[in-house]
Amino acid sequence: MHDTPEIADRHDAVCVIGAGASGLTAVKNLREHGFAVDCYERETSVGGGWNWRHDRSPVYSGTHLISSRPLTEFPDFPMPDTWPDYPHHSQVLSYLERYAAHFGLVDHIWFGTEVVSAVPVGDGRWDVTTRSTGGGASRVQRYAAVVVANGHNWSPAKPDVPGDFRGEVIHASAYKDPAQLRNRKVLVIGGGNTGCDIAVEAAQQASTVWHSTRRGYWYAPKYLFGRPADQVNDRALRWRLPLRLRQWIYRRVVALTTGDLTRYGLPAPDHRPYETHPIVNSQLPFYLAHGRITPVPDVARFDGGVELADGRRIDPDLVITATGYRPTFEFLAPELLGCDADGRPDLHLHAFARKHPTLTVVGLVQADAGLFPLAHWQAVAIARWLRLRTTDPQRAAAVQQKESARPVRGWQRVEVVPTRRHWFEVDHVRYLLAVESLLREMETAS
Amino acid sequence: MRSRLLRFDDWTDPVPPVEREVVSLDAEGDRPPVLFVPGLGHGAWAFAAHWLAHTAARGFPAHALTPRDGGDLRAHVHDVVQVAASLPRQTVLIGHGVGALVVARALARYPARAAVLVAPVMDGWPALGAALRANPFGTLPALAGGRLRLSRRQLFSPALPAEEAQAHLARLVARRPRRELVTAGPAPRPVGDPPTLVVGSPDDRVVPRKSLDRTAARYGGAPLLFPGMGHDLMLDAGWSEPIDAILDWLGKELPGGA
Repeated sequence: MHDTPEIADRHDAVCVIGAGASGLTAVKNLREHGFAVDCYERETSVGGGWNWRHDRSPVYSGTHLISSRPLTEFPDFPMPDTWPDYPHHSQVLSYLERYAAHFGLVDHIWFGTEVVSAVPVGDGRWDVTTRSTGGGASRVQRYAAVVVANGHNWSPAKPDVPGDFRGEVIHASAYKDPAQLRNRKVLVIGGGNTGCDIAVEAAQQASTVWHSTRRGYWYAPKYLFGRPADQVNDRALRWRLPLRLRQWIYRRVVALTTGDLTRYGLPAPDHRPYETHPIVNSQLPFYLAHGRITPVPDVARFDGGVELADGRRIDPDLVITATGYRPTFEFLAPELLGCDADGRPDLHLHAFARKHPTLTVVGLVQADAGLFPLAHWQAVAIARWLRLRTTDPQRAAAVQQKESARPVRGWQRVEVVPTRRHWFEVDHVRYLLAVESLLREMETAS
Repeated sequence: MRSRLLRFDDWTDPVPPVEREVVSLDAEGDRPPVLFVPGLGHGAWAFAAHWLAHTAARGFPAHALTPRDGGDLRAHVHDVVQVAASLPRQTVLIGHGVGALVVARALARYPARAAVLVAPVMDGWPALGAALRANPFGTLPALAGGRLRLSRRQLFSPALPAEEAQAHLARLVARRPRRELVTAGPAPRPVGDPPTLVVGSPDDRVVPRKSLDRTAARYGGAPLLFPGMGHDLMLDAGWSEPIDAILDWLGKELPGGA
C-alpha cells in the first residue's frame, strides 16, 4: 500500500502528542492563547497513564495519589474540595475527563492515532506522520510546532538480573490487582513509591513478603500533625528555610514519627534527606514492625530461586520488579531532544529543546509535589513562547538569548543521588520560580 | 514581586470545604453556563427572584451561589472557583456588588468564558464614603466592628413598590463586612483573557459613577449604564433591561452560542 504522498499544511496549528494530563493541559493552554491544535492520542480516550483501561497504564486497583490534592490539582481547575486528601486513581481519571469536557478539548483530539515520526523541515516547522492504531495508511501533516506530552511512566525499565527464575517475574506495570498476590510468596524489588505501595499490598495479601532495596531511604509518613506531610513540608519552603536546616528538621521529624528502621533490618540511608525522590509511605514501617515484610538487600542473580547480594537465598514464587519507567520518544530522532547515550533528553527547563525552538516537552519532570501544576505552567510558558515567536520575533530572540544564560542550578536538582531515575528531579518551588521568571520576561514584551 | 505560581496559602492551608447553596435552572442548547455571585448580605435568592429564570429562558444554564457564612475573601473566591469548575462547561461569571470583587479575584484563578461585573464594589474607600452619605446610621456601626445594615434608598430606586422593597430588605442578612473589602489591593490580572463587561447605574448610592468608570477602564471599556436604577439592578423595578443587555452582550462575545 502506498502512503499518501502529499503533505497537508496545517499552517499555524500546533501538534500535541498525547492526551494524558500533560497533553490535555497543553491543548487547553495553547487554545487559550489562540492556537489551532491537533492532539494525537494512541488510545481511544483521555487520561493517559491515569486511565486504567489503557494498555500502558501503570495504575493498579489500589493506586492513590502520593502528593496531596492541593499540591496536585491544576492551578486553574481545582479538584472538588470535598475529595479526600489523597484521591484514588479513578477520581484522578474522572477529574481529567471533566477537565477535557469543561474546556471542550475533546474536539481537538484525534483518538486511536499514533505519531510515527516528527521531522523538522527547516524554518521551525515540522512534518508529523500519523497512523491509525488500527493499521492503515499513514498521513503527513505540517505543523508550526510540536509539543511532546507522551508521558514518562509507561515504558517499563526492567532490571538485568542474570540467571533463570522458576517462578513468575512481572514488572510493576503488570501488577493490577491484589488477587495476583493472594497466598503467594512475593519478592518486591525496588524502594520507590510504587515498590513500597506494592510491598504493603503484598503484606496484606501474600503469605510471605520480601522487599528488596538497594539502599536505605528516608520513609516519610503521609501525615504529620494531622496534615498531609507535603503541606507541612511546604510551610518550611514558604519560610525559605535553607536546605541544610530543612534536612535537619526532616531527620528529626522522621526520627520522631517513623523512627529507626534499621531495627527491622533495613539499611540506614546513605544520603541526606531531599536527595532522592521523596518516598511517602506510612504503612511500610507498620508492616515491617509486624514482621509481614522482610527487608532484603539487592538481588544478585536468579538460580531457580533468588540469590541476594549478601549471599542469602530466598525462594519466592512471584517477583515484582518495581524498577520504574524509562522516558521514551520513538517518534523523534534522539539528537532533536539532545539525548545522551542513555536516551535522557537535555532540555532547557526540562521543556524546551535547545536547538529547535518549536520543539517542546510537557510533563517530563519528577517533583516533590504533584505533576499537574508544573505541567500546567510549562504549557503556559510554551504557549506564550510560541505566541511571542510569531508576534515579535526580535523580542523572542532576546528572550532566548537571556534564557540560554540561565544557570542550570537555578531549576534543576543537582544534589541528588546519581541514579538513573533522578536526572529530571526538580524542587517544585525553585522550578516554578524559574518558569515564572521566564513568563515575566515574555510578559513585558506585550 | 509576589509570585503568582507559588500558592503557599492553598498548599499549606487549604480553605476548609463547606456545603454550598447553589440554585440552578437548566436550559436547552449548547450555550455556556452562567454563575451569579451575590454581594454582601444577599444570597442566591436575589438572582432567583428574576434574573435566573430570565437567563435560563434565553438558553443559558443559570446558577446562583449563596456566599458562605463568615469566611474571608479568599474563601469566597475559593467557593466561586469550586462551583465554576464543577459545572460541565467553561462558565460565565457574573458578580454583583461585593460579589463582583469576588468574581474579579476568581478570574485570576479560573479561566472564565466571560465575566460581568454588575455595580461592582471594587474600590473600598469610595464605596465606604458613598455608604456613609446614603446611610450613615446603618454604616457607622460596621466601622466599629458591628453589623452593616443596608437601607431601602441605598439599594432600590423609588420606582420599586414599597412592599416589594421591604420584602427584599427582610431577606438581607446583616453582616460584619471585613476590613479586606476596603484594604484588598487591585485584583490580579485575569487568566485566559476573558471578555469582561461592567454594568451599573449612575444613580447607584453604593457605587459612585467615578468608581464604575475606573473599574470599566481597568477592563478596557466603558460601563454599560442604566440610569434611574438603584444598586440592586437584579431586584429593582426594570430588572429585565440590564439582564437583557448582559445576555445580548454575551451572545455577541461568544460566537456560535458556545
